[in-house]
Amino acid sequence: MTSLLEVAGLKVAFNGTTVVDGVSFTLERGECLALVGESGSGKSVTTRTLVGLPGYGARVHTDRLRFDGTDVTGFTDRTWRRVRGARIGFVLQDAMASLDPLRPVGREIAEPLALHTTLNRAARAARVHELLESVGVPEPEVRAAQYPHQLSGGLRQRALIASAIACEPELLLADEPTTALDATVALQVLDLLGSLKGNRSGLLIVSHDLAVVARLADRVAVMKAGRIVELGATDAVLRDPQHPYTKALLAAVPSAHAKGTWLSTVERPAAAAPVSPPAAAQPGRPVLAAVGLRKSFPGPDGVARVAVEDVSLTLRAGETLGIVGESGSGKSTTARLLLGLETPDAGEVHVDGTPWPALTPEQRRAHRRRLQIVYQDPLGSFDPRFTVERVIGEALGAAGHPRGARRERTVELLEMVALDAGHLRRRPLELSGGQRQRVAVARALAAEPEVIVCDEPVSALDVSVQAQILDLLADLQARLGVAYLFISHDLGVVYHASDRVLVMRDGRVLESGDVRTVFTDPQHDYTRELLAAIPRLTPQVAPPATPLGVG
Amino acid sequence: MTALGTTGTRLAVRPTAVAIAKRIGVRLIAGVGVLWGAATLSFIALHVTAGDAALSTVAGQGANPTKEVLDQVRRDLGLDQPLYHQYLDYLGRLLHGDLGRSYQQRISVSQAIGEQLGQTVQLAVAAAVVAVLLAIAAAVLTARRRPWRSIASGVELTLSATPTFVIGIVLLIVFSFTLKVLPVSGNDGPRALILPTLTLALPIGAVLAQVLRSELEEVLEQPFILTARTRGMRDTVVRVRHALRHALVQIVTMSGFVVGGLLGGAVITETLFVRQGVGQLMLSAVTTKDIPMVLGLVVFAAFVYVLVNLLVDIAYTLIDPRLVTR
Repeated sequence: MTSLLEVAGLKVAFNGTTVVDGVSFTLERGECLALVGESGSGKSVTTRTLVGLPGYGARVHTDRLRFDGTDVTGFTDRTWRRVRGARIGFVLQDAMASLDPLRPVGREIAEPLALHTTLNRAARAARVHELLESVGVPEPEVRAAQYPHQLSGGLRQRALIASAIACEPELLLADEPTTALDATVALQVLDLLGSLKGNRSGLLIVSHDLAVVARLADRVAVMKAGRIVELGATDAVLRDPQHPYTKALLAAVPSAHAKGTWLSTVERPAAAAPVSPPAAAQPGRPVLAAVGLRKSFPGPDGVARVAVEDVSLTLRAGETLGIVGESGSGKSTTARLLLGLETPDAGEVHVDGTPWPALTPEQRRAHRRRLQIVYQDPLGSFDPRFTVERVIGEALGAAGHPRGARRERTVELLEMVALDAGHLRRRPLELSGGQRQRVAVARALAAEPEVIVCDEPVSALDVSVQAQILDLLADLQARLGVAYLFISHDLGVVYHASDRVLVMRDGRVLESGDVRTVFTDPQHDYTRELLAAIPRLTPQVAPPATPLGVG
Repeated sequence: MTALGTTGTRLAVRPTAVAIAKRIGVRLIAGVGVLWGAATLSFIALHVTAGDAALSTVAGQGANPTKEVLDQVRRDLGLDQPLYHQYLDYLGRLLHGDLGRSYQQRISVSQAIGEQLGQTVQLAVAAAVVAVLLAIAAAVLTARRRPWRSIASGVELTLSATPTFVIGIVLLIVFSFTLKVLPVSGNDGPRALILPTLTLALPIGAVLAQVLRSELEEVLEQPFILTARTRGMRDTVVRVRHALRHALVQIVTMSGFVVGGLLGGAVITETLFVRQGVGQLMLSAVTTKDIPMVLGLVVFAAFVYVLVNLLVDIAYTLIDPRLVTR
């Protein structure tokens, strides 16, 4: 019996740069193989090459590329078109961008049927409803007529999957199929993909997140810099990783075992540069508090939608308060209210015991300085034409630093976030994602704040970079006594980073308390559901943990 | 289980008649404002630069008029009234749809425009259709396809940089004087329409093609294009069925530019090919200081702009359903 897919020595280059460098693997019928790697590892290009669409300007060389025993290396575009959509289905990341926003989803799903079957219009419509039903979309007749922007993320992704499996392909390729989704929804979509894989067909799933695919995959291939560095049965790879990179990846996942330990295996930040901790940083003193916050926004139909309802919290000096919730739960609105960027409809925000409205504009500015923010996407929060020096210099200026001493202080700040003076002249686009986030942290530190609001600070980062940033934040807190309000949809990250936690849903706080208590003994059903959706590395691995403070 | 039907989902909101009517209503009010502004500005401009309108009115008859005759004419035309009076008079008549009487042609301005409109509309519509079709063909066929992309782009740059009359003269030399396949001038029959249409369409189409191609290339990078191709769809079909509609939004946005190009180009094209039409009318009205005619044409042109923008707004909602629910 031939393998469903055989790849040997696959190389892909763009403009002379090799992106995929000799990848080999096989996929059997009824099997699920996961291709795991960080951004730029070549996993997406590999997948696209498997349907003959490596991308514009790509040069492909392969020793062997067989699908169902047929050599596809010599396939013309015409021959490929008979395979794509019919025998190989493809599910891309983020259905919002992967479904044509100007067409109802039903027409998208019907497209492969029109291309590869002789079904007439009515039969295609019937099949579309059947497909939507089979991927768990309720009211398929209604949904088929809707546009992608009218569906929730989970329903959109299901619709995208329906369009990929419309012709019952033998091979399904899924490139980051759950990355854009909330944890609970991602779990449902993963289960759906697992259920679609029958005995006859194979599933190749691509992800940056080892923990996500571990749930589904029979075998795992770990990719780095265009090569597969480790390939084996999922259990074996998780239990006993052979390659140092796999070990580092596993250690970087901030799940329960790593709390209170360093996540990254890189050098610790340099020994403390002379820093003056904020004068008033006695632990335990409330620095930021909110009572009964409420905020609503007018919806597109003119009816007000409540974004935040009766939210109260207290953040004490030097501690980390986590806010966890899925998209639309009101986390970010809460942060904006706390920062005084929005005015609450009801309730009060107290900064150092004084409510915002009681302050004069002058005092407000002074208070704002004590509250800083780090966003998810640092690229979007920097002026692309500013150099790092100017980005931080501007923040120093706003904090009232004398112009003459700014350069010296900027270098000091960069050292605190483990960057050096060599980065001063770079622009945001010339920095990696992790470096950008370090600059964002340095900018926040420029004003010597007591509180830094971190709004999804590591969500856009690869897991190993995420680990470094989480370590950096922990290190800075230990040295400077700064308090964090840590907002994330990722429970693993929140658990790792926080002392206390608030669980939010639909604008309300469902549960709050010590992070260990909430996570080990959740009181609310929704919290339990969230916890169950955390992708777990099974079997539980215990990587060598470095206790905090060492190094 | 989360309730799938409720997580962030809203039921389909179709482009309702109410929503569209509301949009149109707002645009109509704004359109009236634009018309008033256009009328006022051209009224001011003409009076600031005015020579003697009365003189130019009678001078047409080849006489050397006496002062009595000129005064008589001024009284008849209301030119002896103070300026604000003339202005209010003018606006008042405009409100009733009366564009005034031409000094030169001794008929009402509306009638003059009406007589010439047919020819110009024929030319403009033909040119607009040709320009858009050329642009779509050039963009769809050459976007991200080297070397065709560079060749087409070079031709477009040349065309859009060449003055309309030069294009017209070149076309005349090639097709009328050398090949002798098309008539040099005139208003009769579709054959006489071909060269003027091309003259008018080529520069406009060239600019549209450039915009459309760059937009198309951006859309072709989108994941949903890749998705469509992974379904086994042909590249060209993907371009037409998925990418083009997104790129067309840009063309619709540029319809103001197109209308402007058509109106301005019509003056030159009609003169060059000795065709009757609104362009010719405009030219002669300006050279003879036929103030009511110029004002009338300006208001008419503004009206066309307002109308086109209104249609554009409706077209947006038809192309992109997201605009209605937003």
